Amino acid sequence: MRARTAAAGAAPLALVVLLMAYVLGPGSAVLELGVALPDITIERVQFEESEVRVEVRNTGPVPVEIVMADINDRIQPAAVEPDGRLERLESALVRIPFEWNEAEPYEVGLTVADGTRFARQVGAAAPALEPGAELAGLLALVGVYVGIVPVMIGLLWMPFIRRTGPAWRSFFFALTAGLLFFLGIDAAEEALEISAEWLAPAFNGTMLVATAASISFLALHWVGARANLRPGRGPAAAAVILAGSIGLHNMGEGLAIGGALGAGSVAFGAFLVAGFALHNVTEGVAIASSASRARAGAVRLAGLGLLAGAPAVLGAWAGGFAYSPLAAVAFLAVGSGAAFQVAASVSRQLLEEKALASAPAAAGFAAGMAAMYATGLMIG
Amino acid sequence: MKSKVGLAVAALSCALALYLAVPSAIDAQREQATFVTHSGRVVTTTGQVLDPLYAGEAVQFDPEKYLREFDYGEVSKLPDGRTLREYTIVAEDDRVMEISPGVFYNVWTYNGTVPGPTIRATEGDVVRVHFVNEGEREHTIHFHGTHPAGMDGVFEVVGGGGGRFTYEFEAGPVGVHPYHCHVMPLEEHIVHGLYGVFIVDPAQGREPADEMVMVLNGFDTDFDGENNLYAANTVPFYYQHHPIEIGVGELVRVYVVNMVEFDPINNFHLHGNLYHYYPTGTGTVPSEFTDMITLSQTERGIMEFTYDYPGRYLFHAHKVEFSEKGWVGVFLARGA
Repeated sequence: MRARTAAAGAAPLALVVLLMAYVLGPGSAVLELGVALPDITIERVQFEESEVRVEVRNTGPVPVEIVMADINDRIQPAAVEPDGRLERLESALVRIPFEWNEAEPYEVGLTVADGTRFARQVGAAAPALEPGAELAGLLALVGVYVGIVPVMIGLLWMPFIRRTGPAWRSFFFALTAGLLFFLGIDAAEEALEISAEWLAPAFNGTMLVATAASISFLALHWVGARANLRPGRGPAAAAVILAGSIGLHNMGEGLAIGGALGAGSVAFGAFLVAGFALHNVTEGVAIASSASRARAGAVRLAGLGLLAGAPAVLGAWAGGFAYSPLAAVAFLAVGSGAAFQVAASVSRQLLEEKALASAPAAAGFAAGMAAMYATGLMIG
Repeated sequence: MKSKVGLAVAALSCALALYLAVPSAIDAQREQATFVTHSGRVVTTTGQVLDPLYAGEAVQFDPEKYLREFDYGEVSKLPDGRTLREYTIVAEDDRVMEISPGVFYNVWTYNGTVPGPTIRATEGDVVRVHFVNEGEREHTIHFHGTHPAGMDGVFEVVGGGGGRFTYEFEAGPVGVHPYHCHVMPLEEHIVHGLYGVFIVDPAQGREPADEMVMVLNGFDTDFDGENNLYAANTVPFYYQHHPIEIGVGELVRVYVVNMVEFDPINNFHLHGNLYHYYPTGTGTVPSEFTDMITLSQTERGIMEFTYDYPGRYLFHAHKVEFSEKGWVGVFLARGA
């Protein structure tokens, strides 16, 4: 019986494989209509000592050969590593020796064998940081400032939240939901922005964001439901999930900051760090509010803070040393789905406590979003 | 607790160190290649070099040979005593040429090359051109110069697949002229390469000189209405890497024809020297003694100069965008 079920399930699958084999194999000649045009995407441009480094990917339907490089539409001798022939979705590094000037805009162009030129503008050239211990330290410092420290400071509100009455507790709990709702939208927007600018159409950025966000939402939902089944573990598990989802968001944020820092493509200063830090203090408040229900001790609370904040360091490292727009989009989308899930589960808990429609909850939700918006203005 | 944190930090640092070390270790095993930048710096790569540097043996069209090659035609005497020069020119439009290293472009050709052959006659000679159109499209040859209306190559469209037409006229006026296809859409037929040079010598001849032809042309390889590559005689950067050898103290005569489309002007700048310039080559008195002339579409002329000192002298478009896209070369003056 089981074998027959398996066979019934596998037979159509086998036919699909056969169909693919035929269409891509002997049947391919019949289906060749129209002209397949080459397409490449310049995914990253870095300015190093006397050299411009261009990461390029074949994002078209046919293999391409990179044959010529230019800066500002002026042909330059260059090199492509490992080689110029790119199969579908394969990428390569083009090194163009060039004495560039800091803060000037540049257009980098690559020409493929049929003479088509693809170009990307860079608003202002800035030196990329050398990968090494110094950059690792700098990125860690930024991650700590942006992630760990503000979250920890936000956590210090827990004693205050714990001592307040039920109305204030609803307020802070709803604040968490509002804040995560904001983060969910924010992360999705940033993911879409990066995918629109840097991801090739072949990757279908919008659906990548939707899919990754949905999967992370459902996965967290499943984990949360299982945790709630165990008696007495609900609030603690909820706090961990909340901290974890904020951690995912901070990882995405760290990736973006690290990537920008590593490429030297942002004017990264104290002001921006201050903005991110202030922004993320509110995340600490959210964790404190959730943890106050779990009656967590100081160590556990610090653990939650690290879970939420430390991924910013990991993200900054990953972004600084091996930035990939695809990874940044994926992490941001996963973070977005997680934030929405936690916002939903917090809201549901408020509903179960019959507090969702109360004035403190409404005020808290609004305050959470408003605080994120206001602190977000500093980041610009 | 403390030891656990320490352990974690150690593990992370090890992973990071490994990550930073491994790619360079892999790179070291690959073969190295080198190339030279415009400013003379030598750069090493483990990959493949992208350089518009054409090795002589790889070129499908030889700018070296084209430079000093003149087709005087099959010569015979007409009953009235005039000289008859007969030429055969075959048009094709299906060739794909590697116009710059790695860049393949569908060229439309007269006798298989861009530019077509340099046709040369003396004023008063009868020029008879047997034109065969082996292309898929309609083509003609329109000569600049003096001739009857029916020989103008505009209204007498020649069909593809073996269509024929015989152009016959008396060579004149003295000078350097372009010839090109005049089928609509005209720009398309010209930029694909259907053009060449027609020189009419004065009956009394010119002072002996090292004579050469330079057609200034460009290619819009991605069809966006702007040239991607420029050159003197088709192949970008060719004469920069393969200098044109001339003799010190020897008169050099360059027949220059500007066939660049899209860009309203082109120009010709000579280093370390000035030249006498004869616009269109029709006069015997130079209009200028200069190192810089500006040329519009199909504008052309004759330059004459002599180098006093040996060495390498650049010549290029002083619209330097063009020179940075290939319209640049070097004269190598040798001898005492």
